[in-house]
This record gives sequence, structure tokens and C-alpha cells, in this order.
Amino acid sequence: MAPADIAPGAPIVELRNIVKRFGSVEALSGVSLTVRRGEVLGLLGDNGAGKSTLVKTLAGVHDPDGGEVLVRGRRVSPWTPLAARNAGIETVFQDRALAPQHSIVTNVFMGREITNALGLIRVRKQTDEANRLMREIGFTSRVFNPDSTVGHLSGGERQGVAIARALYNNADVIVLDEPTTALSLTETQKVFRFVRAVKDSGRTVVFIGHNIHHVWDIADRFFVIDRGRMAFEGEKAAFTGADHLIGMMHQLAETGRADIATLRQSA
Amino acid sequence: MTTAPAPARTAATDKRGTPGFWRMFYRRNGRALNAFVTFVLVWAFFAANNPTLFLIPAYYNAFLFSVPATIIMTTALVFVIVSGELDLAFPSVIGAAGGLFMTLVISGVPILAAAALTMLGGAALGTAIGAIVVYGKISSLVATLGLNFFIVGIVNLLAQGKNIESRDSVSTFGYAFFTGKWEIFGLQVPNHFLIAVVWTALCYVLFRYHRFGIRVQMVGDNPDSARQMGINIDRIRVGVFVWSGLAAALCGVILVQTANMVWFPTSGKAYLLIALAALFVGGTPTWGGVGTIWGAFFGALTVTLIPSGAVGAGFAGFWTDFIFGLVIILTMVAHRFGGARVR
Repeated sequence: MAPADIAPGAPIVELRNIVKRFGSVEALSGVSLTVRRGEVLGLLGDNGAGKSTLVKTLAGVHDPDGGEVLVRGRRVSPWTPLAARNAGIETVFQDRALAPQHSIVTNVFMGREITNALGLIRVRKQTDEANRLMREIGFTSRVFNPDSTVGHLSGGERQGVAIARALYNNADVIVLDEPTTALSLTETQKVFRFVRAVKDSGRTVVFIGHNIHHVWDIADRFFVIDRGRMAFEGEKAAFTGADHLIGMMHQLAETGRADIATLRQSA
Repeated sequence: MTTAPAPARTAATDKRGTPGFWRMFYRRNGRALNAFVTFVLVWAFFAANNPTLFLIPAYYNAFLFSVPATIIMTTALVFVIVSGELDLAFPSVIGAAGGLFMTLVISGVPILAAAALTMLGGAALGTAIGAIVVYGKISSLVATLGLNFFIVGIVNLLAQGKNIESRDSVSTFGYAFFTGKWEIFGLQVPNHFLIAVVWTALCYVLFRYHRFGIRVQMVGDNPDSARQMGINIDRIRVGVFVWSGLAAALCGVILVQTANMVWFPTSGKAYLLIALAALFVGGTPTWGGVGTIWGAFFGALTVTLIPSGAVGAGFAGFWTDFIFGLVIILTMVAHRFGGARVR
């Protein structure tokens, strides 16, 4: 289970003044993001706001050009996908990185199969482990088991495979990039159940979404990015409701500024 | 964590049934079973036309003698096709390996040692082909097509178009190891057929239970996913060509010996379309990601049976191509029903 060296609510991952450039374009201009243990952090932003760059920075895909990454208070450098993984951060990208013609268990262990000294797969051990991970997030059903083909699963269930995979190796921060985009209502509810189960196990979730309603439903705290800078960071309690958050996003898109206090008065 | 969350409440409305044992078994082995049924049907069709001949064990002596090279090559090509690549250069590797083997034998290397060295050479040639395809970022169809001509050309230049013979080695232990026969109820089972069966079992374990085989399937199914999950997809892709080169070398060694220790510079050329046809009749789809080793085994049996079987069943020789084509097309259609691609 998630390590107990950090109290719930204390910072587990900190990005400080992150700058990331692509040629002459500055995608992130000094963004500071704190992820606290045990929370579901909703990450919002319009297209081109720097959301994807921020997610890829969290995942270690981008090593920032400026600023630093701290995990459990310790600076990690160089910041690579492997370093992120070793630090306990697992990212589920939008395309979920699945092999649809293969079984759930094969997908869960893609790239890190459990083998003996000869490189032969320990089938029973992998199946047991996959079962355990699936049960942990409530990703169980009588219509599929770890040997079922991923291509026969629904969109939400495929997200379940990716989330179960992310839990392997006791990751304690799970970054979900647009997990509910293009999913129906029921499928979205399934994904939310998985996310809540991950949270209930004491882990931390960073939830990136396009659909503000989805992010509102699942997140405890929000981080809004706009034009490469942090536009807003705050608790769910700061808002009167989802409409309030949406209003702020509209205001941000029109004026480039987010002021939730004036919005509350007008609401 | 204390309690597991309750399972999804969707089960009640879910129309998908719980797959039983046999359904799961078919889902996992269906392609191989289809290939097996194809073989039995083709055999039964021929046998029905001439039962007395097809029930004589000795009738299959020539079949068992000629089928092993196709089996070995086809089962190895499963890895290549499943990884999403195509290898058209293996016939040239078969020819080159045979030439290398005979050169070694003539210079006094014992047959078993020469065979081992030749297989190393085949693996090295496979590595070179794979490296050109993968690191040169060339389509494997085009690259291996060109390399096939190129390697055949070099072999021809080196051999000056001449055969290499070493008829004295026919009496050695090494020769017996590859071509010795076991007589069972009047059927002569040659050692190289047993080698092909062992090779197939080896391929099966490698494909289905080894990290390499699993990763080959992952790379073929979705290379982007495989890369994201930390699989070195370039290394896997080179790996399938190494395996193909190894198999081609073993074929080269066997073909030379079944020809009484005579090597022809054109050796291997005939296997290009045969092995690929066997592969697809065997149930491995063209799109990559999934495949079957035992299916390839039965595919090799099927395509080898057709030419001689057609004649044995009483068809005139000119029917062979027609029947061959018919079987390939019909099995393709049957496999299509057996399993479309899931995405």
C-alpha cells in the first residue's frame, strides 16, 4: 500500500517555477504546482494552455528547462520517465497505451513481466497479482476476468485496465490524462468509481479533464493553468458549485484573469 | 486499505455472457485449431479420392522428408509477421547458410560443429538485416526484398554459380544426426522431422511464455503503447529478424543434407512463397499483434501436402496450382470468420 512516510495533506510532489520551451514557444513560464498526499487534484485548462506539457512534466516525459521537481521534499534530477516511475508517479495517458488484442493480465504487465531467471512468464503469479489490483479499484465483474481480451471491454473498463496497471509497483501518485474524454455517462461513472477507490486506498490522484463537470465531480482541489501560467489554485470549498467554476473558466478565457470573489457576488 | 469496493452494478444489464472453459480455450487456441482442421479437411478430401494410397504409411515418407524445412521457417516467420514486419530475405539466408555450412564441412569441420557455426552465421546475418530495416527506418517489405536479391547475388558471386559437394561426409555421425530415420509401422520418420517438431515446441514456448515472445506481440499490437510502457521496440524488431535468420540457417543445413550433401546456389529460393502461404494458412493474420505457432506448423503440413496429395488423389499435375490457390483463399475466408481484429 501507499507508504506512510508522509502525512495525508502534506506535499508529495512539488513542481517549482517550471519553465519549458519548445523552440521559441514557451509552453510553461514558471508554473508551481503542489500535489498533496491523498487528494484528488483536478487540473484544468483550455486547449493550448499548457495542460499537456504540465502532465508530461509530471510524468517525466519532459525534463524542464527551468525550475525543479521535488518528490517527498527531495529534489530529483534528471527528471526522466524512469525517475518519475521510481519516485512512485504513474501516468495513464489519454490513449491508455493498451494492446487491445491481448488479455487484461498481459496488458497490466506490459513492459515489466514477472518472469523467472530464464525469462519465462510466471503466469499464475501475474494472474493473481492482476486479480488483486483489479479488486483493489473495484474493477471486477462476472463478465470478464484477467484473461479477457482488452478489445472486448468498454471504454471505461479499458481505463480500469490502465489504472490497475498504474497501481502495480505501489505507485502512490496516479496521473490520469483525460480519462473520461469520449466516454458515455455510465462509463464515466465507472472511471469515477476506480478513481475514488484509488483515493480511498490512501493514494493521490491528479485528474486532468476537458469536461469541467467531470473534474468538478471528482476533484477535491483545482489547479487551473492558462497561457503557460498558473491562473488559479484552490479548494473545492472556494466555489459555490460547478457553475461557479465554469463561470471562472469563461472569465479566464475572455479576460485572461480569474477572480472568483466577484463571480460569487454576481452569481 | 481495509475493504475492497463493491463490484460494478452494471453486471445485471451487461449482455456479455461469462465465457466457459471451452469458449476460453477456443479464444486462446482457435487459430491453431482452425489450421489443424484445415489440414485434416485437405487430407480427407485427397484421401477420399484414393483411400487405399492414403492409408499406406509409407506414402508419407516423402512428405515427412520434405516438410521439416517449411515447418522450421514458417514457425520462425510467425515472430516477424506478429511484430508487424515482413521478411522476404530469408530465402537468401537459407542459401547463404547452406553455402557456409558446406564450405566449413569441406575444410574439415565436423558436421555438428559446422551446423552450430552456420546457425551463428545465420543469426548474424539476421541481425544485419534487422538492423538495416529498423535503424535505417526502411519499410521491411522493401528492405528485405532488396536484401534478398543482394545476398543471393553475393552468394552467387562467391560460388561462381557452382554447386558444392561433399559426398564422403554422408557416412558421418553428424549426417546421421540430421537425416537418420526411425521406422514405425512402415512409416519412416526422419530425424530432421523430429528436429522440426522440437523447434516448433521451442518457438511455442518462446512465443507464448517468454518475455521476448510476449513483447513481440505487444510491439505488433500497438507499437506506441509498447514504447510508452518502456519496451525497447527497436530491439524487439531486430530480435525477430535474428530469430528468422537462425531458422533460415537451420533450414539451409537441413536442405543440404537431405540433398545428399550437395549445395546449389539457388537453394532456398523455392521457400519464399511456400513459407508465407503456410504462415497465413496457419492462421496468423497479416495485421500483427497475434499469431499462432502450432497453426503455422499445421499450415506447413497443409501446403506441403497439397502438391503431392493432389497427384496422389488422382488429379493431373496441372491441377496443383489451382487447388493450392483454392485452399489458401478458402482458409483465409474461414480464418476471417474465426476472428476479426479487435481494436
